[in-house]
Amino acid sequence: MSDLVKVESPLQHADFAALSALTTEGGVVLREDALLGHVNLRGNAQDPEFVAGVAKALGLALPLAPCSSAQNDDTTIMWLSPDEWIILVEGGKEEATEASLRANLTGHFAVSDISGGQTILELSGDDCIKVLQKSTGYDVHLDNFPIGKVVGTTFAKSSAHIRRTGEQSFQLVIRRSFSDYIWLWLQQSSKEYGLRIAL
Amino acid sequence: MLHIYCPYCEEFREEDEFHPVGEAHIERPLEPEALTDEQWSQYLFFRKNPRGLHHEMWVHGAGCRKFFNMTRHTVTYKILETYKMGQQPSVVAEESE
Repeated sequence: MSDLVKVESPLQHADFAALSALTTEGGVVLREDALLGHVNLRGNAQDPEFVAGVAKALGLALPLAPCSSAQNDDTTIMWLSPDEWIILVEGGKEEATEASLRANLTGHFAVSDISGGQTILELSGDDCIKVLQKSTGYDVHLDNFPIGKVVGTTFAKSSAHIRRTGEQSFQLVIRRSFSDYIWLWLQQSSKEYGLRIAL
Repeated sequence: MLHIYCPYCEEFREEDEFHPVGEAHIERPLEPEALTDEQWSQYLFFRKNPRGLHHEMWVHGAGCRKFFNMTRHTVTYKILETYKMGQQPSVVAEESE
């Protein structure tokens, strides 16, 4: 039955595969990290059993410091608020991740699979910081925004969780309903630097 | 633009990310049915509008989505402190009713 369901990224219509063939030049590189598993986790960070349960389920310690993240080969956890995190796993593994969290946690917590509700864009390239500076009021200078930091902030007229993955690379976690708007915004704002689509 | 310190994100953010929610420290009466209409309307509708220090609630809508409290001067707009929900302000106006 499930074979009949075709999962599509909210940016399917943009046809990144065709666009990526158009140019290999450009100061801004955009890549969609489509169809990952997104699991939202809520719980009490002050409860040692909760923290230990998550570490056991995911094999990765929960980032407890504000605006921090943790990553290993197959899982990324981003801090969203003192009692809320988003866990990113390979597409298709979200169900197993959810089940493993449920098996290892007790008491008051919430796990929800929100994979269909958002998508991830990766911005990189020499001029990606300039594009971000146009798009958000947050200070993206390396001193203020070190690698691994996650901030929830405004992005154009929408909002995004922005995570710095390298000196010149960022992940944007955006809502699927705003993805087309942000795609149009990024095309426009990176026009002067040249936009290249990566796969 | 106000530069607001979010006590949960533990850093200053732009005003764009926040929304004011109104007066802080309003407690819902434990027994609403025991109140007179006047007391109930006081709880529901009547708010302070001081000239000077005001304790108000804000929400960090674009960030951690947490509510927090702020002590702000309503004339100068100076923010004297922000503090988490459930905490009491450390800066309070002198009583001069």
